Amino acid sequence: MKIDQTLPLEYSTEQNRLNILGFWIFLGAEIALFGTLFASYFTLVNRTGSGPTAAEIFEIMPVIIETVLLLISSFTIGLGIHAMRLGRKRAMLIFFGSTLLLGLSFLAVEIYDFIVYIHEGATLQTSGFTAILFTLLGTHGAHIIFGLFWGLLIMYQIIKNGLTPETTNKAFIFSLYWHFLDVIWIFIFSFVFLKGMM
Amino acid sequence: MNFFDRFAVPNPSITIYASMIAIALTVIAIIAGLTYFKKWQYVWSEWLTTVDHKRIGIMYLISALIMLFRGGADAIMMRAQTAVPDNTLLGAKEYNEIFTTHGVVMIIFMAMAFIMALMNFAIPLQIGARDVAFPRLNALSYWLYFFGAMLFNISFVIGGSPDSGWSSYFPLAGTDFSQSVGTNYYMLALQISGLGTLLTGINFITTILKMRAPGMTLMKMPMFVWSALVTNFIIVFAFPVLTVALAMGTMDRLFGTNFFTTENGGMDMLWANLFWVWGHPEVYILILPAFGIYSEIISTFARRNLYGYKSMVISMVAISLLSFLVWVHHFFTMGQGALVNSIFSVTTMVIAVPTGIKIFNWLFTLRKGKIEFTVPMLYTLGFIPIFTIGGVTGVMLAMASADYQYHNTMFLVAHFHLVIIPGVVFAMIAGLTYWWPKMFGFMLNERIGKWAFWFIAIGVCVTFFPMFISGLNGQARRMYTYSESTGFGIWNMISFVGALGLLVGFILIVYNIYYSTRYSPRNIPGDPWDARSLEWATPTPVPEYNFAVIPHVDSSEAFWDYKKKGYQLFRDPVQSIHMPNNSGLPIIIGAGFFVWGFAFVFGIWPVVILSTLFIFGCLAYRSLEKDHGHYIPVSDIEIDEQGGSVQ
Repeated sequence: MKIDQTLPLEYSTEQNRLNILGFWIFLGAEIALFGTLFASYFTLVNRTGSGPTAAEIFEIMPVIIETVLLLISSFTIGLGIHAMRLGRKRAMLIFFGSTLLLGLSFLAVEIYDFIVYIHEGATLQTSGFTAILFTLLGTHGAHIIFGLFWGLLIMYQIIKNGLTPETTNKAFIFSLYWHFLDVIWIFIFSFVFLKGMM
Repeated sequence: MNFFDRFAVPNPSITIYASMIAIALTVIAIIAGLTYFKKWQYVWSEWLTTVDHKRIGIMYLISALIMLFRGGADAIMMRAQTAVPDNTLLGAKEYNEIFTTHGVVMIIFMAMAFIMALMNFAIPLQIGARDVAFPRLNALSYWLYFFGAMLFNISFVIGGSPDSGWSSYFPLAGTDFSQSVGTNYYMLALQISGLGTLLTGINFITTILKMRAPGMTLMKMPMFVWSALVTNFIIVFAFPVLTVALAMGTMDRLFGTNFFTTENGGMDMLWANLFWVWGHPEVYILILPAFGIYSEIISTFARRNLYGYKSMVISMVAISLLSFLVWVHHFFTMGQGALVNSIFSVTTMVIAVPTGIKIFNWLFTLRKGKIEFTVPMLYTLGFIPIFTIGGVTGVMLAMASADYQYHNTMFLVAHFHLVIIPGVVFAMIAGLTYWWPKMFGFMLNERIGKWAFWFIAIGVCVTFFPMFISGLNGQARRMYTYSESTGFGIWNMISFVGALGLLVGFILIVYNIYYSTRYSPRNIPGDPWDARSLEWATPTPVPEYNFAVIPHVDSSEAFWDYKKKGYQLFRDPVQSIHMPNNSGLPIIIGAGFFVWGFAFVFGIWPVVILSTLFIFGCLAYRSLEKDHGHYIPVSDIEIDEQGGSVQ
């Protein structure tokens, strides 16, 4: 394996560079996926049938907490990558660990939110609106759950193998994924929740 | 309900039972054959676990040919049923199942696989690379496709086939009107193989953008590579739409949601829109690689550089963008209003412009060329007029107001078969014949190939031209029978005769493969067609690592200029080569998806959960695995190259 010392470790081999480009293209596909979900949401948002409307079930507080948690987690993973580039393994692990904890807390609040909706009579089966609401939020949430396990696996590999071209490549790609989920959440926050409560 | 009752076929007939026996016998024959000839080890370590793009391409090819005959059998049954008025060969229900599976199998499991086969085989060779960017992901793509196809194909013996058309419109495809599990099969099989296609898209974009031989700028790539690049971009942006639509459809059917229902705020037109936002680009995913293959074949056998290289590229990019802006033309009659219909009418007609540019470029390439009428060239020359007829009738269908007259008639069926068959199927057979010597080390027999071509070319015209007339006379598509007084009988009988001609043509192709395998001379040169691009600079058979030395490229016709103008291709000394290791994980994950899909179809939730965990477990195992591939030492490379035939 040829290692190019002039580049950061995660870019240092040919395969690493391919992995990163490949992942960017995958994120392009993810944009198309969430784009379709958003388009479907806008189509179905007012089709509530006999079920509750968006304004009736949304609450601002949990959503703001979720937003803050996820934004901070995006910041901490950025710090984690910064520490990784400085070669500071311990600091990086701490930042990655905090990211995953923040992600877990986000998930807890989101599940709480779901339970509230269901108690207010908005289940998956209630109407076209609730179906797409749960699907859009659920797809994002499922990505977060997947990210939690993925992040743990990467932390384990860094503890075991140290900062190698392989592990840093994986960590960097994971950080792209996590930032992407944050961006999607910002759209959900603005166009689902804020717009829905106006 | 007894647990096993759910696996029963809803309307069993003698043909279904015969198929069950045939499937069982085939499986037993394969297992017994492999055991008797002691080939398990060989099949497992050389094929099932391979990550070599050439072998994956060949596996796609075999799968596509099998699916071609599966879909073809459906087609013959349909033509036979409608050949005479008031025929009772098939019932309405069976006919629904047959036209549904015909469409899905031909589009998703035949045409897509055929394209994947040729892209996998040719693209890395044409760009002077040793493999794709992610060889193991490539194997996973194949196995997801394979198991998706298997899942779809067992539907007719376990639980019942889908029967709501290949477009599976809701509410027809909802649980109210499609009660059997058939549509569940449709949703999950397409989901699994669609995931494989998406991964291929990512893989090939990365490969083409980053792994080209030194000197091969984007505008020096062979046209097939360009077409593959554009196609894979369409895949990456179109397939996620299908993923979402299928997931919603699955939830409607299995979890009782209201996405596409007609009550509680559900919206059935959302399915139609999402399906065609994927479905129309899908058409171009099929046709653009075909255009690329034709470009290669025309410049090879006219012995001329491709005319209008830049305009070819620009047209393909334009087609790819426009392909996302025309989906509504599939349902002009479903209530959008005049303004929306007009806009989509215009965008649809605009697509004819870049397509027309490409047709003229091919014609100009042929002009003053020294044309050699080989089998691949015959298919290409046959493609131009027949495809133009299919394309021009497409422009007729694009006129929204006129479309009300022939929407969903046989006129439409004639149109899309006359673009897809000469467009995609001809290109695939042409590409197969063209690259066959590189794949297998011998040529296909030209004489039998030409017979097959004439049967297929004439068969296509005889089968589908009459449908224009019966369609304009008002014969609706997807009707399992009609009365004698309609006067459709004669046209359908002619179609049936044409379909038999097609059947003869395809049997001749299979016979040709058999005949050539036995009798064709081996030890052919590496470049039997006197061709122009880099894949012909490799020895035949192509070694695992493709190129002992990575070539340097100075022009868009790299290999041709090497032969004719003395450009140097191989300038570096031989070095040891790094190659990826084979892996059993892709086929295991694929099998996991098969179990997952099957359990999901029947709602066996414990198995769904277990197989989901199993799939994620495999991913984690892969992440923790230490596998850095292997090096082929210089000594081995030089031994291989002695058999090389280029220099």
